[in-house]
Amino acid sequence: MPEAYKIIDHSYDAVVVGAGGSGLRATMGVAGAGLKTACITKVFPTRSHTVAAQGGIAASLGNMGPDHWTWHMYDTVKGSDWLGDQDAIEYMVREAPAAVYELEHAGVPFSRTTEGKIYQRPFGGMMQNMGAGPPAQRTCAAADRTGHAMLHALYQQSLKYDADFYIEYFAIDLIMENGECRGVIAICMADGSIHRFRSKATVLATGGYGRCYFSATSAHTCTGDGGGMALRAGLPLQDLEFVQFHPTGIYGAGVLITEGARGEGGYLTNSAGERFMERYAPSAKDLASRDVVSRSMAMEIREGRGVGKERDHIFLHLDHIDPKILHERLPGITETGKVFAGVDLTRQPLPVVPTVHYNMGGIPTNYHGEVVTLRDGNPDTVVPGLFAVGEAACVSVHGANRLGSNSLIDLVVFGRATGHRIAELVKPGTSHKPLPADSADFALSRLDHFRNAQGGTPTADIRLKMQKTMQRHCAVFRTEELMAEGVDLMNGVYASMQDIQVTDRSLIWNTDLIETMELDNLISQAQCTIRGAIARKESRGAHMHEDYPNRDDDNWMKHSISWFEGWGGQGGKVTLDSRPVHEYTLTEEIDYIKPKARVY
Amino acid sequence: MAEFTLPANSKINGKGKSYPAPNGATRVRTFKIYRWSPDDGQNPRYDSYALDLDDCGPMVLDALIKIKSEIDPTLTFRRSCREGICGSCAMNIDGANTLACTMAINDVKGDVTITPLPHMEVVKDLVPDMTHFYAQYASIKPWLQTVSPEPALKERVQSPDDRAKLDGLYECILCACCSTACPSYWWNSDRFLGPAILLQAYRWLADSRDEMTGERLDALEDPFRLYRCHTIMNCATVCPKGLNPAKAIAEIKKLMVARAI
Repeated sequence: MPEAYKIIDHSYDAVVVGAGGSGLRATMGVAGAGLKTACITKVFPTRSHTVAAQGGIAASLGNMGPDHWTWHMYDTVKGSDWLGDQDAIEYMVREAPAAVYELEHAGVPFSRTTEGKIYQRPFGGMMQNMGAGPPAQRTCAAADRTGHAMLHALYQQSLKYDADFYIEYFAIDLIMENGECRGVIAICMADGSIHRFRSKATVLATGGYGRCYFSATSAHTCTGDGGGMALRAGLPLQDLEFVQFHPTGIYGAGVLITEGARGEGGYLTNSAGERFMERYAPSAKDLASRDVVSRSMAMEIREGRGVGKERDHIFLHLDHIDPKILHERLPGITETGKVFAGVDLTRQPLPVVPTVHYNMGGIPTNYHGEVVTLRDGNPDTVVPGLFAVGEAACVSVHGANRLGSNSLIDLVVFGRATGHRIAELVKPGTSHKPLPADSADFALSRLDHFRNAQGGTPTADIRLKMQKTMQRHCAVFRTEELMAEGVDLMNGVYASMQDIQVTDRSLIWNTDLIETMELDNLISQAQCTIRGAIARKESRGAHMHEDYPNRDDDNWMKHSISWFEGWGGQGGKVTLDSRPVHEYTLTEEIDYIKPKARVY
Repeated sequence: MAEFTLPANSKINGKGKSYPAPNGATRVRTFKIYRWSPDDGQNPRYDSYALDLDDCGPMVLDALIKIKSEIDPTLTFRRSCREGICGSCAMNIDGANTLACTMAINDVKGDVTITPLPHMEVVKDLVPDMTHFYAQYASIKPWLQTVSPEPALKERVQSPDDRAKLDGLYECILCACCSTACPSYWWNSDRFLGPAILLQAYRWLADSRDEMTGERLDALEDPFRLYRCHTIMNCATVCPKGLNPAKAIAEIKKLMVARAI
C-alpha cells in the first residue's frame, strides 16, 4: 500500500532532473546564482547519453574560414525545413560562440588548429553565405569524442559549485497543483526510499525517448522519462512525429558512427560502388542534412542497390583517408568499427544503415526554457514552475530535422538560458507554499502498482513489441496504410501493459521495476509519435509521408501537439492540436527567413 | 601468494540455480553469474544460464540483457550506452575487469564467469558501490585551474603538440576497471588514490592551460596517495579504452623528482 512507503522530504529553490549536458549546465546556472539547487539523475552524470556525442558542437567561431551567426541561422532554419521557431534559433546561434568558449575555459580538450585555436570541421548542412556554399567549417571538435569531453568537463565543474546531487535516483512523477509544477517525486535506487522534492522551479533535462524503436543509437537509458512525466501531468508534447534517423549507425549493432566521418571526407556507396549521394544532393553530396542522406540510403536499399548478403545496408568509406588523419581526428570510430563490425577502417568500408538517433520533438518551451502549453486559445501559456531543456525539450530550434552538431550547442545554450530565467524568477531563501496533502499519492500508486504487477507478460516482451512495431510502422518511409496498421498494433501493445509482469519485488536496485516505469514513459510517447505521424498529411524534414510527398506550408506550417491520457495500459486516448510556428526573429538584425524549396 | 579469509557472509556458497539451454540450441554457452541480494540474508551464489549463441548478440552485455529479458528479470547490473563510452557496465568477466558491452563472448573460452568489480562493496548482483571511487576523483580537483584571467570571447591558445599531450588521458571513462584490478588499491584504497584517479590527476598536470601544477603535486606528495603504485601494470592490461594509467603515474613521479632536484 502506498502508505507503507517512507517519504523523505526536501525543499529546494530549483530541482533539475537529469545530469547530461543540458541538466548539468542548468544546474551550474541556478547554483551559481545562489539558489539552493538539487540535481536528480538516474545514472551517474558521466554515464548520461551526452557522453556518446562524437562529431562536435556548432558555433560560428570562424577559426577555419569565414563564418557568421546569420549563416548558421540560415542553415538551421533550412535544416529544420522551416518548422523551427526563428526567435529561438536566432538566440541559439548568437549565444553559440560564447557557450563554446565557456566550455573551453572549463577545460574541454578541443582539438586545435596550427595557431592553437579550436579545431572546426565541416558537417552536414553547414554552409557559408546563407546556404549558397561552399561548406562552412563550423563544428568544434575534440577528436570524435566531443560529447565525452564536454560531459566530463561539465561534471568536473559541478564538483566546484554548491549543488546537491542525488545520483541513481529515478524521478517518478511531477507534483502538480492548479496547473503549476511544485516539485517531483523520486525513488532512491540504492535503498528504495521515496524522496519528495518541493521546488519553485523544476527542470526536466531527461533526454530523448529513442528506445521506443528497435534499432537506435540511443543508450538503453534514453527512455524519455521527462516526456512521460509531462504527459501524465496533463501537458502536451510537441512535434513527436519528427524522429531523426542518423545515416550511419553500424549495421546490426546500431552503434553511432559520427557524421564527422563524412565531414573528414568519408563517402557512401551502394552495391554498384556508386557514390549515390551525388544524385540526390548534387551540391552537398554526402554532407546533405541527415534526413536527406538517410532517405537516399533507404531509397537505394529499397531499389535493390544495398550491399551485403541481404542487400540491406550501405558502405561508408574512410579507407582513402590518410591513416594519420584518421588516428588524429577519428580515433573513436576507428575503434568502434573494429569492435562492433570487425572492420579495419583504414582498409575496408564500414557497413552502415539509417538508425534512430534523435527526437526533434519534446516538451514545448520558449527560448527561456519555460514549458508552454496551449490553454484557453493561448499557445504560449507558460506552465509556472516547470522548465525543460535539451533533447527532452522542443524549443523548437530543430523543427522537422536537426543538423548534426546543433544538439550539443542546444544543450549548453538553453541549459544556460534556463539557469538565467530561474535566477530571475526565484529569489534565494524565500519561503515555500505547503504542498497539497496528496502530493505523493499519484507517484506512489504507480510505483506500487508496477512493483506488485502480477500479469502474464514480462516488461521486456511488451517493450520488444513496441520497438518492433514502431520500427516497422513509423520509420524513414511512412504510408497511410502502414501507419494505420501501426496505430492498431500499438493500441494493442499499449493495452497489454495492463497484463504486465514484474518479477523483482525488492526495493533495492530493482531494475526490473525501473525498466517497467521507463517503458510506461516510452509507450505514451510512442503512441503520440505514431498518431502525430499519421495525422500530418505532408512530408517535411524527417517525416516522409509517401502519400503526401511534398511539404504543405498552407496547411502544415505548424507544430503539432499531443496529449495522452492514462498510464500503465489504462486509457490511452491521444488528443492532437497545434501551435503556430514563430514566424519572427528575436531582433531586427535579421529578418524572418521565408520558406523556400529545400535543395542540398 | 597471500591468502586471506573472507567474512562468513561473503563466501559463495554454491547453491545457485541453473537454467538449461532452450531445446534445439546448437551453439550453447553457459554464463556463470555472481548473484547476491541484500534482501534475503543469503550468501552470494553463482547462477548458471545456458544460452544459444545463435540467438544472442555478440557481446557479453547482449547475453546479460537476454538473460534479464527472457530468463530472469531479477538479474541486476548497470548499463547504458552499450558502445564503450559511458563506463556503466564495468565488471569482472572471465577473471579480468572490462566492459561487458565491448567484450565479445567469443573471446572467452568455455563458461563465461561474471562477477562484480573486485574488492568493492556489492550493492546487489553485479552492482558495486562506487561512492568512494567518485569521492577520490573529486579530491584531486579535476577541473581546469588558472590564475590568469580567461580571455574574453576567445579560447585559451593551445598548440596541437600541447593538445596531443592529453591524448591517452582525457579518454578515461571512469569505469574503475583499472583501480579495482590493482592489488595495491585492494589493500590501501582508503589512502592510495589508485590508477584511474592518478591518471586523471596527470591529465590536469599535462594540460598546458592549467596553472596549478605545484599545488597539484603538493596534494599528491604523500606516502600513500601516489607512491603505493608498485608498477604491477594490471591497470594498463585491463583498461578497456587502451589507456596506460601506470605510465601516467610514472610521469607524475618524474615531475616530483624534477622539482625536488
